[in-house]
Amino acid sequence: MEYIDNIIFFIAMVVGFGIFFKSLKEIYRNIQLGKNIDRSDQKAKRWETMSRVALGQSKMVKRPVAGFLHILVYVGFVIINIELVEIIIDGIFGTHRFLAVILGDSFYNVFTAILEVLALLVIIAVVLFFIRRNFYGIKRFTMKELFGWPKHDANWILIIEFALMIAFFTMNSSDWVLQQRQILETHGSFPISSNLLGPVFQNFSDNALIFTERGAWWFHFIGILFFMNYLYYSKHLHILLAFPNTWYANLKPKGQFNNLDSVTAEIKLMMDPNADPYAAQPEADPNAVPEKFGASDIFDLNKVQLMNAYSCTECGRCTAVCPANITGKKLSPRKIMMDTRDRIEEVGKNINKNGKFVDDGKMLLDDHIQREELWACTTCNACVEACPILIDPLSIIVEMRRFLVMEQSAAPQELNQMMSNIENNAAPWQYNQADRLKWANEN
Amino acid sequence: MEFTIKTMAEYAAEGKVPEVLFFVGCMGSFDDRAKKVTKALCKILHKVGVEFAVLGQEESCNGDPAKRAGNEFIFQMMAHTNIEIMNGYGVKKIVTACPHCFNIIKNEYPGLGGNYEVMHHTQFLRKLMEEGRLKIEGGTFKGKKITFHDPCYLGRGNGEYEAPRQLLQKLDSELVEMKRCKSSGLCCGAGGAQMFKEPEKGDKDINIERTEEALAEKPNIIATGCPFCSTMITDGVKHFNKNDEVAVKDIAELLAEADDL
Repeated sequence: MEYIDNIIFFIAMVVGFGIFFKSLKEIYRNIQLGKNIDRSDQKAKRWETMSRVALGQSKMVKRPVAGFLHILVYVGFVIINIELVEIIIDGIFGTHRFLAVILGDSFYNVFTAILEVLALLVIIAVVLFFIRRNFYGIKRFTMKELFGWPKHDANWILIIEFALMIAFFTMNSSDWVLQQRQILETHGSFPISSNLLGPVFQNFSDNALIFTERGAWWFHFIGILFFMNYLYYSKHLHILLAFPNTWYANLKPKGQFNNLDSVTAEIKLMMDPNADPYAAQPEADPNAVPEKFGASDIFDLNKVQLMNAYSCTECGRCTAVCPANITGKKLSPRKIMMDTRDRIEEVGKNINKNGKFVDDGKMLLDDHIQREELWACTTCNACVEACPILIDPLSIIVEMRRFLVMEQSAAPQELNQMMSNIENNAAPWQYNQADRLKWANEN
Repeated sequence: MEFTIKTMAEYAAEGKVPEVLFFVGCMGSFDDRAKKVTKALCKILHKVGVEFAVLGQEESCNGDPAKRAGNEFIFQMMAHTNIEIMNGYGVKKIVTACPHCFNIIKNEYPGLGGNYEVMHHTQFLRKLMEEGRLKIEGGTFKGKKITFHDPCYLGRGNGEYEAPRQLLQKLDSELVEMKRCKSSGLCCGAGGAQMFKEPEKGDKDINIERTEEALAEKPNIIATGCPFCSTMITDGVKHFNKNDEVAVKDIAELLAEADDL
């Protein structure tokens, strides 16, 4: 029976990681529902962008308070997870503070001391985030689209991170006292634990201490497994997807929209003076799927746009700078991304249930995103600029406008007027093209 | 105009190619407010001695409002028409006074066979200044407070924030920045085909929000580099009954005034 701990540990780990990889596979499958887009060019620049924006957090600091706190949590998270390596080895082999053997005691002291400081900073940041999010009245956190699950989700993340850090300190403090009593080997240096919680644990009996240390250790480990699997249901997925998301970001000027190739072929034929209008049409491929213009559902969006939706942290920096949203219109770029993800998950569940997608009579358009939102956009790119991980809500808005205009002819009346003016007079107003140079002779 | 504006066709008839094509755009051709900018730019180019031509009746809308509204067909129809004509004349360099023309010709025409060196007029004027061809005398604007409104399709769209500011600094005026400027600039409300329709229901119009912010800096002049922005902010200034105190001017107009053209 002496290996029972190790066996339970191993099973928990395998199950935890197993479910996690299953979730990742599902996300990958869902992203593959989108259309292909070639973003494999300029690899050097893509690596540079990813290191600067995702790893280096360069866009986070645009809002200094949130940026600074986020960096604390981020650095703490990354480094504290090195601890996970130790937990896994200790857990499987029943060792105590295995890394001390590898790193040597003096280096291990530095390592554990740094972890302690970072963990304290994470606790401070998480508490400030919680207060800021819930009691500070920041507009982007009090908007309608954030009520319900998105709001709870954000708070759960903060609570879990807080609990994990408290478990970490409890573990270190009781460990430290046990080391003092020479019940455990002396490894590591715990500047925070020894001063903060250590004195409290001094009065505990040996058994109570061992129980506390083991309890906190297990809580910490199970907590990590739980948190990892919680990601799938959470906006916190960005801690993974921010990296590919920034790698695959659009590197072209923000003002540049893609040209639809299918339209180019049509227009070229139309404008070709040598084309014979009476020529027999080539035999059409009876199995060909007719080209659809723009997007009404997630299948019409590209894979990067779908990954964008999964990567979105719902921080609302896009919405906070959106001119339409600022002036009270219905458009919120954050909601565009949240709606897109909601629809992907709806489709994903449908596939899980039926083996393949069975038409559910719903679409991204109208069932999730309203036309009024789409028509309020000024295509100003403020949302794209604001996103800390280079998500492009504008590209989705434009694709959906294309669907409305080219598939449904459902543009607002005034825009139809504008478009027919362009067609007839080559200007958006009813002016004669022959008058284009009149200004040259006016005073 | 006290000199003749020549067209590409006229140059071609003489067997010549001008240094640059001035793509005037629909606003610049038809809108009374924007026509003043068109003329101001022509006067500067003429004074400096830049050989330029316009397409005149052969010019079509660049297709921007149609494309941003989602109508790729009309955009490409316009684009192909313009490209065919410009390629026919062997156009190499284009200057525009409209960030929407600038953006679409620079970024979206190449994919359709139109490859040109395209410059926004503030970039072109800065280049002329750096080359010593355009000499800017301050004086006229000494002690005047100017704030610059970044057009989205020049700034965020194409990363150009400095050219207009460098020109404004040459005017000896005091350049003040709004809270939301450069990459955080706020749209005037006209982009993405919004110019041609009533805004969606909301608390206020975007141009009012933006003008309010500009007026908070208590400027004598609100400078822009886009005919859409000019119109929207002029309307905003009128809304606040400030049109007697605060002028809305394109940078080309300011330079022409400084030079007493």
